[in-house]
Amino acid sequence: MRASDDLRLGTTSTAPQEPLPPPPEEQTAVRAGSPGEWLRVNLFPTPVNGLLSVVMGSVLAYVVYRFVRYVFVTGRWEIVRVNLRVFLLGRFPPDELARVWGAIFIAALVAGMVAGVSSHRRGGGDLRASVRRAAPLLLVLVVLLTFSRTWLPALLTVASFGVAGIGHLLGKVAPPKLSRRLPLLALAGVLGAYVVLTAFGGVGWALWGGLLLTLFLALGGIVISFPFGVLLALGRRSSFPAIRVVCVAYIELIRGVPLITLIFMAFLMVGFFLPPRFPTPDLTTRVLIALILFTAAYVAEVVRGGLQSVPRGQIEAAQAIGLSPLKQTYKIVLPQALRNVIPALVGQFISLFKDTSLVAFVGALDLLNVAQVVTSQGAFLAQGLAAETLSFVSLIYWACCYSMSRASQRLEKRLGVGER
Amino acid sequence: MSPETSRPVATGAPGRGTGAQRPGAGGAGARPDRPPPWRDVGVLRAVAQMVFLVAVGALLWWLWSNLRTNLASSGITTSFNYLDRPGGFDIRGSDYRPSQAIRAAIAVGLVNTIRVSAVGICLALLIGTLVGIARLSPNWLLRRSAALYVETLRNIPVLVIIIFMYSAVLLRLPAITEAIELLGLGVFSNRSVGLPWVETAGDAAAYLGVLVAGLFTAIAVAAVRSRRFDRTGTPHHRLLWGCGIFLAVAAAGFLALGGPVRPSFPALEGRLIIGGVQLAPAFAALLTALTLYTASHIAEIVRGSIQAVPKGQTEAANAIALSSFQRLRYVVLPQAFRIAVPPLSNQFLNLIKNSSLAAFIGFPEMVTITNTIISNGNPAPQSIAVLMAAYLVLALSISLVTNLVNRSLALEAR
Repeated sequence: MRASDDLRLGTTSTAPQEPLPPPPEEQTAVRAGSPGEWLRVNLFPTPVNGLLSVVMGSVLAYVVYRFVRYVFVTGRWEIVRVNLRVFLLGRFPPDELARVWGAIFIAALVAGMVAGVSSHRRGGGDLRASVRRAAPLLLVLVVLLTFSRTWLPALLTVASFGVAGIGHLLGKVAPPKLSRRLPLLALAGVLGAYVVLTAFGGVGWALWGGLLLTLFLALGGIVISFPFGVLLALGRRSSFPAIRVVCVAYIELIRGVPLITLIFMAFLMVGFFLPPRFPTPDLTTRVLIALILFTAAYVAEVVRGGLQSVPRGQIEAAQAIGLSPLKQTYKIVLPQALRNVIPALVGQFISLFKDTSLVAFVGALDLLNVAQVVTSQGAFLAQGLAAETLSFVSLIYWACCYSMSRASQRLEKRLGVGER
Repeated sequence: MSPETSRPVATGAPGRGTGAQRPGAGGAGARPDRPPPWRDVGVLRAVAQMVFLVAVGALLWWLWSNLRTNLASSGITTSFNYLDRPGGFDIRGSDYRPSQAIRAAIAVGLVNTIRVSAVGICLALLIGTLVGIARLSPNWLLRRSAALYVETLRNIPVLVIIIFMYSAVLLRLPAITEAIELLGLGVFSNRSVGLPWVETAGDAAAYLGVLVAGLFTAIAVAAVRSRRFDRTGTPHHRLLWGCGIFLAVAAAGFLALGGPVRPSFPALEGRLIIGGVQLAPAFAALLTALTLYTASHIAEIVRGSIQAVPKGQTEAANAIALSSFQRLRYVVLPQAFRIAVPPLSNQFLNLIKNSSLAAFIGFPEMVTITNTIISNGNPAPQSIAVLMAAYLVLALSISLVTNLVNRSLALEAR
């Protein structure tokens, strides 16, 4: 049995999945005239269903009661209030906080511009709908501001909203050509924020922590691994057997092992793989390398799905007009393939965002690790405060992932993936 | 591109779409006017692949030689002899002794990984299916509760759930002296969790053999019944027959062997839990978290697969007056199952891989044990290679099984 056959045995589960339908958003309660009728139709259509409703209702009511009591009465949130900056920035030097705000302003400006350009393209946006969509993130923002002990963050947050508004206006008046360059614009924003944080005597990523580190690992991981992933996907579909075998081997090897083993390996062995007397990179760089190696394989599978979705006629047409193989790929196939996989890439980003929590295993001070570390501070030691800190970071993770997954579902609908 | 120069090229994999660069149909290679080698597509392709392989080989060789040099300079061997040396550490909850070989410690870890994965997969499949069906219920409250469950758990890292379960739920259960006893069915304390289990006596192994034999008989009878149904059309009732035979064999064996198993319930006696099965907090936390998290993903797969069955199928089933049970059993679920198998197998693989996160809470599975081995001064590169190989074998065997299932479910070409 040849190597490629051998490996292909393990690939059914990795074959691009048939897209499952999106969650039943439209499947809301059956409309009814009066509240009584609504109750009858939606909760008590049959006796069994009625019983189910009563049972579920009481369980749910109890859970909600306990939850509300936990949040507002029994929860001891002092640990979060005191350590808020550690949760968000880790060991970032307090003197350099202005840089963080600068980065936030740039991010807000670019986010506003992106929103403005795309609303311009779609002909006006509905402010109420966007507020509803951003509700989880706004909730996190409100929570953060309640925990902050001064008024300055609130003022600066309002200011960043103003900056985002300016960006929105700018985006609206920007030439329509910009709408095709949105990914580049977003990338420029990320790079700008990075430069503001690090350049001119700034703070290198070795000192980043908390939410900032989590965001950096997720963004850096996806952005850097994307080109590798595209190359691997192209290699996997190449007509050169040698290239195909190497790419399949890499992808299946990475997908077959848990991320934590890769992080563990990068932590212990990156130094060993570099030439002697070459300085061993810092911890953040090493875990970033592990995340890039890992994500590239998954991005490759996502992109492969996109490549397969490009109709064969497109390639044949490209051949017919005499394009070289290289031009066929990057002028005809890739643009269509990548457009189709944007939602799946967002999905990949979400799982990478969640997976960055694993870097805590080797001691990187990410959001999750902060939640564990602060419970062993002198003032909070052995008080069983893990529930509070973990719920707090869960809220942040949940809000980010939930909003992103909703956004990717809307994107999927708008792009009409699977409908053409 | 000059189509007239091309020869057919062996592309290795039959049935795979060849890439865009494949030249058009060429001659049979026996043409007298072959182009010079620097314009012969066949030669160029071979050279390109050579160059690629040499480049990859050079990269690997560079990394390998760096590794060799660095290991040599820090006095680490590259042999796997350390596997036979005594481990020198204890593993909680197992009868591994520090004097046993490291090999045995890794085996303990592998068994623990498989144990938590197997139980987790079964439970997650059960809960996930129920929640997925609940998401399609006509009952508004049930539907929304299921959606709440799915949307909450799916969007939190599984590691956060694992740590939360461990340090905020199981470790905060009352101490063993004040353990909660629930209806005589479970005992919950922060030292261990007791749950009902079966207790074996004397001939349990023989009884297991009887059960397996009964299972095979039941399957054989069911197969015979379905073959008869295919031939004659008389109702097969194969489920009824199969279950009946299995239960009859099980009951007969139970009586013949004089009650080889009986249920056993946990009870609190002073500072000990007697009877039932006792789960260490780390194991219980890992199992609960993995189950709940994976179930939220499986629920989405179940819901999506059922919804992916075309509406016309349901309407057709209604048109030929099938009852709602028959519609689900014979029309919707078989098709939904076929859609669901590949993503489900992905989730099973994910659960196995996520069980490695037990390293955070100290449950002795492979990663935890490898970590211990390395921190006891054994060479890291080999330990990590062994760890990765073990996971690869697990992943490949799961894919193999699901591939077989998938192949048996695949539609015959029409």
